[in-house]
Amino acid sequence: MSDHDKIYSTKLQDKIERNTLLMFVVTAIAVAIGGIVEIVPLFYLPNTAMAGGDGTFNNTSHKDLQGNAIPMDRIVWNPATSPHKTLDDWQPGDGVRPYKPLELAGRTIFIREGCFLCHSQMIRPFRDEKDRYGHYSIAEESMYDHTYQWGSKRTGPDLARVGGKYSDEWHRRHLYYPREVVPESVMPNYYFLDKKMVDVNKTVKTMEVMVRMPFNPVPRTVYSDAYITGAKAQVEGKTEMDAVIAFLQSLGNHVKFEEGVNYRD
Amino acid sequence: MEATQATPVKYDMDVVRWFTIMATVYAVVGTLIGVYVASELAWPFLNFDIPELTFGRLRPLHTNAVIFAFGGCVLMATGFYIVQRTGQTRLWSSGMAWFTFWGWNLIIVLAVITLPLGLSQGKEYAELPWWVDIMIAVVWLSFGLNHIMTTAIRKTSHIYVSNWFTMGMIVMITYLHVVNSMAIPVDWATSFSIYSGVQDAMIQWWWGHNAVGFYLTGGFLGIMYYFIPKQSGRPVFSYRLSVLHFWTLTFGYVWLGAHHLQYTALPDWTGSLGAAISLAMIIPSWGGAMNGMMTLSGAWDKLRTDYILRFLVTAMAFYAMSTFDGPVMSIKTVNALSHYTDWTVGHVHAGALGWMSMISFGALYHMVKKLWNTEMYSDSLVNVHFWVSLIGAVIYIVAMWVSGIMQGLMWRDYDEYGTLTYTFVESVSAMHPYYVMRAVGGAIFNLGTWIMLFNVVMTVRQAHAVRSVNAVAARA
Repeated sequence: MSDHDKIYSTKLQDKIERNTLLMFVVTAIAVAIGGIVEIVPLFYLPNTAMAGGDGTFNNTSHKDLQGNAIPMDRIVWNPATSPHKTLDDWQPGDGVRPYKPLELAGRTIFIREGCFLCHSQMIRPFRDEKDRYGHYSIAEESMYDHTYQWGSKRTGPDLARVGGKYSDEWHRRHLYYPREVVPESVMPNYYFLDKKMVDVNKTVKTMEVMVRMPFNPVPRTVYSDAYITGAKAQVEGKTEMDAVIAFLQSLGNHVKFEEGVNYRD
Repeated sequence: MEATQATPVKYDMDVVRWFTIMATVYAVVGTLIGVYVASELAWPFLNFDIPELTFGRLRPLHTNAVIFAFGGCVLMATGFYIVQRTGQTRLWSSGMAWFTFWGWNLIIVLAVITLPLGLSQGKEYAELPWWVDIMIAVVWLSFGLNHIMTTAIRKTSHIYVSNWFTMGMIVMITYLHVVNSMAIPVDWATSFSIYSGVQDAMIQWWWGHNAVGFYLTGGFLGIMYYFIPKQSGRPVFSYRLSVLHFWTLTFGYVWLGAHHLQYTALPDWTGSLGAAISLAMIIPSWGGAMNGMMTLSGAWDKLRTDYILRFLVTAMAFYAMSTFDGPVMSIKTVNALSHYTDWTVGHVHAGALGWMSMISFGALYHMVKKLWNTEMYSDSLVNVHFWVSLIGAVIYIVAMWVSGIMQGLMWRDYDEYGTLTYTFVESVSAMHPYYVMRAVGGAIFNLGTWIMLFNVVMTVRQAHAVRSVNAVAARA
């Protein structure tokens, strides 16, 4: 043990590796930095679709081809300024809106069944993705997606703009037995979704959770107490299949995109 | 150092033995579920129209079983083994170690029940329901506290490098798990992340990639730095390189998660920053891989006779390969092709089968011999296991690389009229042969884990038999 006090590296390293507490503290700081730098700004910088408490968007601005700012209420539906004041009046193109009760129930089932493991909801700005799926996705379009569903793998096609692409009947037949509609498909049969009714109370509770979210909650002007109470009638008697189809049909047609405008910068 | 020890330390190895056994069992279970879900993609009738068996519900069970059940038990077995031996001290708390053992295994049982029932939070590798997340935090902290306190009461002056990596893992996984699991429950089965969209995506991949970086890499590098020198009987090639390896990886790895979100709605700077640091990570990763490999300098001949060493060294080769593959995939132009394809799956399995599993198998065999103070029941079965694992892993990885690149190319292909050449479903049917090949590769790999389980069980039985014979002889 004659070399017990010999320093093989630097004085600092030697000090750290002889002291458990020091090593713990230095490590705890070293591993925290990268995450802080990459994550914290996303809650403040423009173009991250983070809505402030007052309905502003951290200076987010998309500019049209003349260089004029596109008002944010053209991107994200705002009942105060929109001609369509309630979720039931909302029309495609009015801007990003929260989910209607049946869609929200469908989304919960979508997550439960692990659909996101094979279907992404995030279109990239490439020519082939535009031709195949439509306009690239923008941050605002998933701002109400608590537990985002961008996915990481396309064993099946992207679903970000699947809404309105097929009829309800097509979806029903496809979800029942995918290979009857698409023979090469490897998707499981989901006919069992039509045998189970939507959990009404759970849907109501989910809506109550969504307005309580600390970041990007659903505005209470949209999910008002009256609307949440009325939600029961909208989901009662519906099957889980109905809910999933409603969810799929709600995807991707919220924003009216103008050709050539850069919505991501 | 051992020579200066007046009385030999009685280590706390019972709990390590149990973690070792369970790791061996979970290696079989985790890869078996993997083979099943892989087969479902090749032959969809295997979903059998049973909700609990559908791909969407079983795939999380596969990932959780291999990462947290197999990987976790390996990390806890080796963690407690290494920290005692390198510190020449007993565990700080034996009772807490048993709490960790039972708690962790209870969580695994709950995963087996809840995931097929569809209790998913919808975040990859963090699917388990919110109340299980709380249990994970408690059990993980019990492991972390015990490990760090054992480091603190060590009899040696320096903290051994393996324990640095384990400490980094303990701290980082705590951060990641707590921040990423923040959710508001609706009921016992369902909860939703408090973050949404861009923020949720970034936090998820900060978690996802650092679970790879600190748990599946950092934790297993701790294994590498102890078991390669022990098994080869050579000191670590370079102490300075290990210092560099540790600090650069610890500081740098954290930044990489953003490269999972190239070309998404995440701001461009975040993904580019992630990719830039990803490329820089080749240096410490390869430095570390060289450090492990060069530890064998002067002892390469041992590879001919020492099958355990074969596992350990092959693992380093795969580590080097996947830490090159990964940074390349993080480059935006490559990522444009590779993202959303099977290439990602191939990359993950190059790491999981080639690096993480191989180093684990080597460490488990080494520990079984030491813990039960015996030779393996069959050394040639260790060799068979090695070749079966290697062949299975290579078939798997090659299948996924080819299918991934093919998918990417088919999706972006245009014909002479300027229209997309292939429909999406044509890319699905083109994958069929590769999905079959993947299932075969996985099955071969799984066969290896059965061989290991058999060999370990027979070894333990043999050790107990010898012990009882000795006991009888002593009494007589």
